[in-house]
Amino acid sequence: MDFLLTPDPGLVFWTTLTFGILVFVLKRFAWGPILHALRVREETIEYSLKAADKAKSEVEDLVKLREELIDSAKTDRDDIMKEARELKEKIINEARNSAQKEANKLIDLARKQIEAEKLSAIRELKKQVAELSVDIAGIILESELQSDQKQKELIDKYLDNVNFN
Amino acid sequence: MKRVLLYFILIIGFLLPTVAEERSEIDSESHEAEGFDPTELIMHHISDSHVWHIVSWGEGDHQTHIEIPLPIILINKGKFHFFLYSRFDHHSHIAESRGSYFLYHHGEIYNTDKAGSFEEDEHGHIINSKPWDFSLTRNVWSMWISVVLLVLIFTSIAKKYRGKPASPKGLQSLLEPIVLFVKDDIVMEQIGQKKGEKFVPYLLTVFFFIWINNLIGLVPFFPGGSNFTGNISVTMVLSVLTFLITNINGSKSYWKHTLTAPGVPFFVKVLLVPVEFIGLFTKPFALTIRLLANITAGHIIILSLVSLIFILQSVFVSPVSILLSLVMFMLELLVAVLQAYIFTLLSALFIGMAVADHEH
Repeated sequence: MDFLLTPDPGLVFWTTLTFGILVFVLKRFAWGPILHALRVREETIEYSLKAADKAKSEVEDLVKLREELIDSAKTDRDDIMKEARELKEKIINEARNSAQKEANKLIDLARKQIEAEKLSAIRELKKQVAELSVDIAGIILESELQSDQKQKELIDKYLDNVNFN
Repeated sequence: MKRVLLYFILIIGFLLPTVAEERSEIDSESHEAEGFDPTELIMHHISDSHVWHIVSWGEGDHQTHIEIPLPIILINKGKFHFFLYSRFDHHSHIAESRGSYFLYHHGEIYNTDKAGSFEEDEHGHIINSKPWDFSLTRNVWSMWISVVLLVLIFTSIAKKYRGKPASPKGLQSLLEPIVLFVKDDIVMEQIGQKKGEKFVPYLLTVFFFIWINNLIGLVPFFPGGSNFTGNISVTMVLSVLTFLITNINGSKSYWKHTLTAPGVPFFVKVLLVPVEFIGLFTKPFALTIRLLANITAGHIIILSLVSLIFILQSVFVSPVSILLSLVMFMLELLVAVLQAYIFTLLSALFIGMAVADHEH
């Protein structure tokens, strides 16, 4: 049993040597690269998470911005539509007014012309009636005065009418 | 169904010893010379060896051994001797090398003469002088196997970490959490983020070295089975390294605290300082014994359970032996990693206590 608790110098020597080399080799070729890579990965993940967060908030900002843009575009559109409607109504009204005016003017003119035409037609008619009357009177006179008798009667008649006052 | 089977096995297990005991009494009368000695077998298995025994069969003179003779390296009176174990004579156990004669007896090599004479004390121990024995024993080869495995595993994993950071794959994903656990939850936790970095490679190596050697020790056939981490030379080397690292890196406040015990009355100091000083050495001593005892105990228990078949000389014991040693194997798998963890944790704890700057 005593061998259990008696260190063996040979094994102590080989263990020390081997373990020393093992620590060195693993430190150089395994732990170093592995721990470095793990640290890099950790940092990468942290950085990526931060970047993702940032991107997310940026996207949120963009969404907000877009909404704002849409809203302002909407109000702009509404304004423009309103303006356009007003303008349309104004134009229509103006057009209507000016058309009315023009129409009135035309009607006035037409009325005046009609009046003038009427007047000239009346005058013409009067003239023609006068001429016709004279002609008729002439014809009548002619026919009346064809016999002396008749001439005499007429003169009598006129003379009757004339009052010698 | 399972339960019935289990009860059945247990009942057989309790009944058989009584049956076998009666038989063995008869046996011991008739075959006293062939008595099976489990102590010798177990001690042979848990001790170091200059020959790597693989398998043997047959009995008595017809016994055939398959074993690998290991290189013997001796330093005697300033002279190196290199030869294989097979040079020791089968019957006289004497080997000659460069004019010197060596006797092999129960795992030890003694100086002797051509006739192989030796002197014994009253307990039957040989008291001949011994050469320095630096032989590449079974434990050394076992350790080298573990070292090759460790280097292969971890350098191959390290290669996968080249290039861009990526998610771990295969063996890497198995070992990476363990590496991170040792680094973050043992080293950084006990020593602190700032100072811990320096000790990570040592403690990682200690953890995996102990673990893989514990596991190799549990493999019941060649090339496993050697009781490497249950050998005091090994556990001593590891705890001495921890001791050296602890005290070389000891901070001012640590030494002040240990050697002057500030803040206590003088008569307490007289008691406390020697206790603290002894404490410096009991810590690595406890580390040495804890690992050694745990691993050796596991080996002894499993071997005892297997030996039960031969002690009771009954093949019917084998289900019980197998079942119990299966349970023990599972427990030992846990112990293998647990002891590696404890050794690493305590090493980190001691180092952490030594490097801490705070005043008490």
